[in-house]
Amino acid sequence: MTASDTRAAPQGDSLSTAPVVAVRDAHRDYRMGQEVVRALRGVSLEIAPGDYVAIVGPSGCGKSTLLNLLGVVDRPTEGQVLIQGRDVGAMRDREATSFRLRNIGFVFQRFYLMAMLSARENVELPMAEAGMSAAARIARARELLDYVGLGARERHRPGQLSGGEQQRVAIARALANRPGLLLADEPTGELDAHTGAEIIGLFRRLNEDGTTVVVVTHDGELAAAARRTIHMRDGQIIPPT
Amino acid sequence: MIRTLAAASLRRHPARTILAILGVAVAGALLLDMVMLGTGMRESFRRFLLVQGFQLRIAPKGTLPMDTEATINGASALLRTLRTNPDIIAITPVLGAQIHVLQGTRAITSFAVGIDESTEADYQLEAGTNVAAPDHIVGNAAFLTAMHVHRGDTVDVVTGFDPQLRTYVGRRRLVVVGRGRFFYTSAEQPVAAVPLATMQAMGGPERADRVSLVLARVRDSANADSAAAWVDRTIPRVSTISTDAAMRQVDERMGYFRQLAVILAAVSLIVGFLLVTTLVTVSVNERLGEIAVMRAIGVRRVHIVQQIVLEGVTLSLVGAVAGLGLGLVTAHFLNAILSDFPGLPATFHFFLFQPSAAARSLGLLVIAGILAGVYPAWRAASLPIAGTLRREAIA
Repeated sequence: MTASDTRAAPQGDSLSTAPVVAVRDAHRDYRMGQEVVRALRGVSLEIAPGDYVAIVGPSGCGKSTLLNLLGVVDRPTEGQVLIQGRDVGAMRDREATSFRLRNIGFVFQRFYLMAMLSARENVELPMAEAGMSAAARIARARELLDYVGLGARERHRPGQLSGGEQQRVAIARALANRPGLLLADEPTGELDAHTGAEIIGLFRRLNEDGTTVVVVTHDGELAAAARRTIHMRDGQIIPPT
Repeated sequence: MIRTLAAASLRRHPARTILAILGVAVAGALLLDMVMLGTGMRESFRRFLLVQGFQLRIAPKGTLPMDTEATINGASALLRTLRTNPDIIAITPVLGAQIHVLQGTRAITSFAVGIDESTEADYQLEAGTNVAAPDHIVGNAAFLTAMHVHRGDTVDVVTGFDPQLRTYVGRRRLVVVGRGRFFYTSAEQPVAAVPLATMQAMGGPERADRVSLVLARVRDSANADSAAAWVDRTIPRVSTISTDAAMRQVDERMGYFRQLAVILAAVSLIVGFLLVTTLVTVSVNERLGEIAVMRAIGVRRVHIVQQIVLEGVTLSLVGAVAGLGLGLVTAHFLNAILSDFPGLPATFHFFLFQPSAAARSLGLLVIAGILAGVYPAWRAASLPIAGTLRREAIA
């Protein structure tokens, strides 16, 4: 590891001034039976390195669809999504998978940890996929668990952890391969107010340490912690007034 | 990590995993038993024919070996002729007949063979000594039990009863010198061996210089079928069958039986395949969200397929090993039941364990396990990530 790697959660591309995310007139249509649902209708935005963006809006407004496009788990029907300058919509599946592994960290509302793996093994999973040696990934997983305050619980399985602890493990997992972009979909949605506040604090600290963060949320406090808030309605971004 | 995830997945529902392994083990045991039965009877028969290494059986013209009471006359000349063929390296004549052992006022009937004292062609000595003198007799355990005799005892043996003179014919007093395991008769059938000359003499003029069968061993470099053809051409009063020819007849007559075994083996293989497919499919369907998350965090599709296939292979492999043990135990008991069928030679087995056949059949089961995992794994790994996560979130 290099000296810069010793930080638990460095941002992959923090020195660049080019936007980490550039979405240009993105549309996303779904077919539900005979009906076509227009989830996104010409969304454009840019997110700079080190930014912390909250995407808010009513249910069904297209927040999660936008997050899925940014996370390269979905493709726009029209338009372009550039992550770190690369058109991710044009990537083949294998390339997109590798891109997600090395450039994007995902945090889900329901944590989605592997139930039979320990906290440390869950954090190791993306690193193992990236081909990191066992010794290196164990050291990195411990570093990340320390960072999220769970150094003493590395051997615990998800079922032995509280919701807040599970979400912190999920955040550590998302940071495993030092992604340039951390995406979170309602990360406090399953947590009580106190635990949610802890997670909000963790996201703020992550951003202060250089990680570009995008969260989709209904949580006003989480949105308030962001540097910038994007409001959406009916598949479109509402321009700031 | 793939191995860790696969093991973790199997540990998640231990009861289900154990039941699946047991199911595969039962299918594997049935598969193994059918393979043992299908190939084992043939191999057992081949070993039975070659037990002492004699590839040719020379019987009276138009008969099968020891199938009738017919005998070959001019045995001495026959043996001399056979010795002129350089491919025939050993010969041993056998004269089979019924004998009666006198026990007070009654006579107990047994089958006996007159043999060449220099060759243990019909039995393997278990205790005592071989027949080495004209008044020696070796019996199997059933013979000694039926006649209430032990080694060292003498027995009065006759070959027949003359109703006009009301006397026994061919009477001899013989010494029981050994106990043997006879290859070609069932274990429960009393059978004994005496020197060939004694047996011929006991039979009177009708048996003089006659034999029921001649066993011949052909040198390894020679063709047994060619030697058999030479015997038939040279000595027209005999019919010769080689082991290979006998095996061809066995193959023809047992074809339907082997087909049945193949069908049952295929059924058990399909059952194992379906069982693993069902288990893996259920397991995968429960984990669609988990799989979608793995894909979302960058786990390659091929690694997810490998993990799920590894689960199927583990179930099949462990089940196959358990099935091997279970199959051997059931084959042992089934063989014991079937071998009790009256008249079957003690050396004949219905179920014969052959490592190569067992490895092939259980290997097939493992391959079935691999195939069983591939489709559900690939289907799950190919689901759209965003859509699957959305459905899981709603669920």
